[in-house]
Amino acid sequence: MTDDIFDNQAVSIDIPMPLVRDLRAIYTLWLRDVIRLWRDKVRLVGSLIQPLLFLFILGGGLRGRFSGGMAGSENYQQFIFPGILSMSILFTASFAGIAVVWDREVGFLKEVLVAPLSRTAVVLGKVLGGSTNSLLQALLLFALFPMFKIHVTIGQFIGAILTMFMIGLAQTAMGIALSARMSSSQGFMVLLNFIILPLYFLSGAMFPLIGLPTWLSMAVLADPLTYGVDLLRGILLGAHHFSLPIDILALGSFGSAMIFLAAKLFNMESPGL
Amino acid sequence: MIKIEKLKKIFSTSNGRRIAVNEINLSVEKGEFFALLGPNGAGKTTTISILSTILKPSQGTVTVDGLDVVKSPHLVRQKIGIIFQDPSLDDRLSASENMDFHGRLYGLSKAQRLMQSESLLKMVDLWDRRNDLVRTFSGGMRRRLEIARGLMHHPKLLILDEPTIGLDPKTRRTIWEYIHLSRKRWGMTVFLTTHYLEEADSADRVGVMDEGILVAVDTPENLKKMVGPEVLVLQTDPENLESIRSFLENRFKINDCHLDPEGEISFPLPAGEGNAINIVRTLPGNIYSMTIRKPDLDDVFIQMTGKNMSLNQENASPFHRVYRGKL
Ligand SMILES: Nc1ncnc2c1ncn2[C@@H]1O[C@H](COP(=O)(O)OP(=O)(O)OP(=O)(O)O)[C@@H](O)[C@H]1O
Ligand SMILES: [Mg+2]
Repeated sequence: MTDDIFDNQAVSIDIPMPLVRDLRAIYTLWLRDVIRLWRDKVRLVGSLIQPLLFLFILGGGLRGRFSGGMAGSENYQQFIFPGILSMSILFTASFAGIAVVWDREVGFLKEVLVAPLSRTAVVLGKVLGGSTNSLLQALLLFALFPMFKIHVTIGQFIGAILTMFMIGLAQTAMGIALSARMSSSQGFMVLLNFIILPLYFLSGAMFPLIGLPTWLSMAVLADPLTYGVDLLRGILLGAHHFSLPIDILALGSFGSAMIFLAAKLFNMESPGL
Repeated sequence: MIKIEKLKKIFSTSNGRRIAVNEINLSVEKGEFFALLGPNGAGKTTTISILSTILKPSQGTVTVDGLDVVKSPHLVRQKIGIIFQDPSLDDRLSASENMDFHGRLYGLSKAQRLMQSESLLKMVDLWDRRNDLVRTFSGGMRRRLEIARGLMHHPKLLILDEPTIGLDPKTRRTIWEYIHLSRKRWGMTVFLTTHYLEEADSADRVGVMDEGILVAVDTPENLKKMVGPEVLVLQTDPENLESIRSFLENRFKINDCHLDPEGEISFPLPAGEGNAINIVRTLPGNIYSMTIRKPDLDDVFIQMTGKNMSLNQENASPFHRVYRGKL
């Protein structure tokens, strides 16, 4: 009875070249993350709430206190809009790290770790999946731009998407690198809070980077998100604090360093399996 | 197919170091069906994790099909299919999505994925539920899905870590049929750990592992011969067990008795005609019944480790239950 199961299938399953296999695997991991986000509508919508609170309540409340002309913006809400987009990306990107720890807790990570793909491919797949997710959520927020009288040309739109994707890549890579040695998702969330909030507050998302005390401006310069926020604000509102090349270089090198680190850490023995 | 040399694995925990695998040597031939037996904590899963490149050896070398698991892990991964002891499914995806994901990771073409997924899901009787999220599956259904998934890419070496726990007898039979057929089709090697005696019994060779050490490796027949030709099982009062034991030890020099707290005592019979009757006659206390039977792997196990293998597991082998029942 079982014998006819085999009749219609090839007995030898051929193995693709390592590079092709890795590329396919990256796509597979990416696809899984996107499918899972799509299924999880609560997450998709719920993660918008926090940025909206910042945008409308904090932004609305402080609007009258800051009278126009800040870094090329007409009002405070317009000023923080790129910062809020970055915040949404930062928060959802770190979710990718939590997801890895969850996968480890429920055992699914083992399925990925015994599959024939390099650890670098695992990291790239997760980073691309996480940054796509954070880009999708940021795009939902981005749709609000007409409310703040921001004029976006096609060129600016494409630039903004690229920038948001780059911020997502860098921050997801950081989350994935942090997740490599963590076996408890609760512990991981505590760790993330320690890292994410300073990154966010220091990034200049909420205030202009002029006239800061020295210690603060040093910390701001050390925050990789600063350059992402600046890049996005430069593209949308036309005012860079740094210059375009510096922003891209800083963000890009942070992202690559994190991907490299994550691949290194994933090559070590996985904890708690 | 597998060559393990002086393998040692040490875990450092908060309570110090724990040696999970202690200098084991083992080689398994291509196409062989090898079963590893051992009580809980013996080091079976740790050995398997090293074989499947999830853990790294502390000392020693392990090769799969001539490839070192530390030096070329990705090539080793290509050759193995593994069914983990613990769950490893994505329960937010459906059964066929889990299969598809696996097929993609192993580089199967779309046509192959569809074909393999269909025939394997049918084999484990999940075809009707293929579009349901795994979250909604029962424990046994999840297990079946994992087994189907592990076979999907036609592995050269199939590693099964207590694969059939919680499966009904019919499913277990179908799955074993499929595995044996796969062995025939593409010469698949099977490395199994199990607590089911009859599963180990059908293996080509059995290894007995205890406290990180491989105490014996041989065919099931040879291992049973080592116990002796026959085993005597007596039923008595639970409070009488100890006195019978010391009596057997002093009078007949029988040292490897196994006591069951319910009042059962079993030991390999010394050779010689009429011995069983002679022994039973002289024993103190009430003997309610006696049975003479061929040794099974559990006896092998008891003799080698002083532990009872089947009692470690809720789902003891049905065969084992038969003789443990009241006579
Ligand atoms: N990650 C780990 N960290 C520390 N100790 C571990 C770890 N994994 C296993 N051990 C220890 O190693 C020993 C062997 O465990 P292992 O899981 O290999 O046993 P097993 O033979 O598979 O048992 P079972 O029949 O219960 O599955 C145990 O003492 C266990 O506590
Ligand atoms: Mg185990």
